[in-house]
Amino acid sequence: MSISTRRGRIGRILLNAYAVVGFAYLFLPIAVIVLFSFNKPKGKFNIVWQEFTLDNWKQPFSDEGLTSALWTSLKIAGLSTAIATVLGSMIAIGLARYRFKGSGAYEFLLVLPLTTPEIVLGSSLATLFLGQSIVEFGFTTIVIAHVMFQISFVALTVRARIRGFDWTLEQAAQDLGASPMRTFWSVTFPLILPGILAASLLAFALSIDDFIITFFNSGSTITFPLQVFGASRVQLPPQINVLASTILMVTVTIMVIGSLRGARAARRDARP
Amino acid sequence: MATIQMLRPALRSKEGGERVGLAALIVVAVAVLAVGAKWVTGFAAVAMMLAALLGIVSVVLVALLGGPEAKRALAPYGLLKPGSIWMALFYLAPVWTLLKSSLSSKASRFAVQTDFTWEFSNYATAFSDFGPQFARAFLYAGAATVLTLLIGFPIAYVIAFRGGAYRNVLLGLVVIPFFTSYLIRTIAWTSILADSGPVVSVLDTLRLTSLLESVGLMEDGRLMNTATAVIGGLTYNFLPFMILPIYVALEKIDVRLVDAAQDLYSSPTRAFRMVVLPLSLSGVFAGTLLTFIPAAGDFVNAQFLGNPNTTMIGNSIQDQFLRQNNYPVASAMSFVLMAIITLLVVIYSRFFGTEDLV
Repeated sequence: MSISTRRGRIGRILLNAYAVVGFAYLFLPIAVIVLFSFNKPKGKFNIVWQEFTLDNWKQPFSDEGLTSALWTSLKIAGLSTAIATVLGSMIAIGLARYRFKGSGAYEFLLVLPLTTPEIVLGSSLATLFLGQSIVEFGFTTIVIAHVMFQISFVALTVRARIRGFDWTLEQAAQDLGASPMRTFWSVTFPLILPGILAASLLAFALSIDDFIITFFNSGSTITFPLQVFGASRVQLPPQINVLASTILMVTVTIMVIGSLRGARAARRDARP
Repeated sequence: MATIQMLRPALRSKEGGERVGLAALIVVAVAVLAVGAKWVTGFAAVAMMLAALLGIVSVVLVALLGGPEAKRALAPYGLLKPGSIWMALFYLAPVWTLLKSSLSSKASRFAVQTDFTWEFSNYATAFSDFGPQFARAFLYAGAATVLTLLIGFPIAYVIAFRGGAYRNVLLGLVVIPFFTSYLIRTIAWTSILADSGPVVSVLDTLRLTSLLESVGLMEDGRLMNTATAVIGGLTYNFLPFMILPIYVALEKIDVRLVDAAQDLYSSPTRAFRMVVLPLSLSGVFAGTLLTFIPAAGDFVNAQFLGNPNTTMIGNSIQDQFLRQNNYPVASAMSFVLMAIITLLVVIYSRFFGTEDLV
């Protein structure tokens, strides 16, 4: 776009400034969370700045309830992500690879859970579990709930990522005598793996962070968000900020490594 | 053996394989749904499960014994099946149990068991006792959606058209804040908006407090525990759901179209209005839905940033369901919320319709 008028230039500067303010708004609470991990709170609530300390970072796991809740969350996220990644990727491959009767209706059904408020998903699933004796509210019901909302995310993300996949590669492999199974595992799978990994990371993050749906289906099991919520009435220890900052740093690192590797792979492919 | 005889055409042809695949998928999903939602019990449930088993067996038979054509036709249904069973059982069946629960009654407050009695009064209670909460939920969600659009569109625009080589970095920056817990982010706002916090003291210094009070944005010199804080929290928490779809739509726009418009003497504003805006509408549509729907059902922001007069329907559902154990009325509210949102989405897509939501 070639905007050379003076009015255009001023408009352009204003728009960029607006975006900078927007980014500042996005990061303000994050800055507060990290900052308050270095706070030495007076009393039980870490919401007013007192003085700088490193004590909280020296004892990140001193709040037992919080630590065990985080551990529970990681276990739930690991299990539910594994299940949802397999089921969701199968759906994505089925939808992207084949044209078949009813695929349009199926895609509509797949989007529905994403357009249902979490509180409806959570409460309706709880009415299914109420008044039956096969599973009790707890670890299992949380995993079931998480897989339920993760499947749609995984299926739609993977499908979007493999939309441009060249399926004639499969035919080529089979023409060269590879069995369908071998074709899948040594040709298709390695090529769609980055998409599947990206989707499973997203699903993992969704599971770790889910509060509303989990709240309705948790029984006496306590996940990290539930512990924060329950504790927030009586105390907000700075360890919450320490653990949240750590989770943030880990995910950002994974993201940066992932995108650097992606960029390197792209450069390598571009080379003649 | 009789099954194999019946399946013979399916073993040979593409149509046959397709028919078996689709039929089995439907039979299995319906059976799982029916048993899960307790439409059928006892003998009928056993029969339905047997039918589902037969469906799976016939698919396995075709997959093992069928010709290559039939196998190929069957593959998509096989891939969809496990996920579909999960969704039928844990997404569709619960909608039914929710409806049933909303028409049930409970013997006492402490009873776990609900009895299905066509108790329509639950819906009357939902509307008469929780009308303001419904109204506030849609009002706040609507306000937050408008605000996210006003904040998010320019950001998406700058990333898409001015980002250059840094596009992906900037997109990453939009997403990063959302890798910290939703609850903790909301709690962080209580520090920022606190009476002794930075925002209120800046407003005090600028002597804006009384002005903001007079337009109803602040109460008694406070920002915390006001409707403003709740709407602000919702806006913040759902902002990326607005930015990302709009960015996706803007990114697809061919910049040469804008150049062409300007070469033909259209002003930058007009070029934006006639070229960029119409092409970005699919993103705006998706973004507004992805913001409005979760915001309308949210109770976290109202819980932490609001006061008893700013509770939304999510707070009431949560309270009735988990604290009062009043499952029937909570279910009725949940069902009404879902119905209203579905209705709004249908009307909205009629006016604004695009197919691609994701």
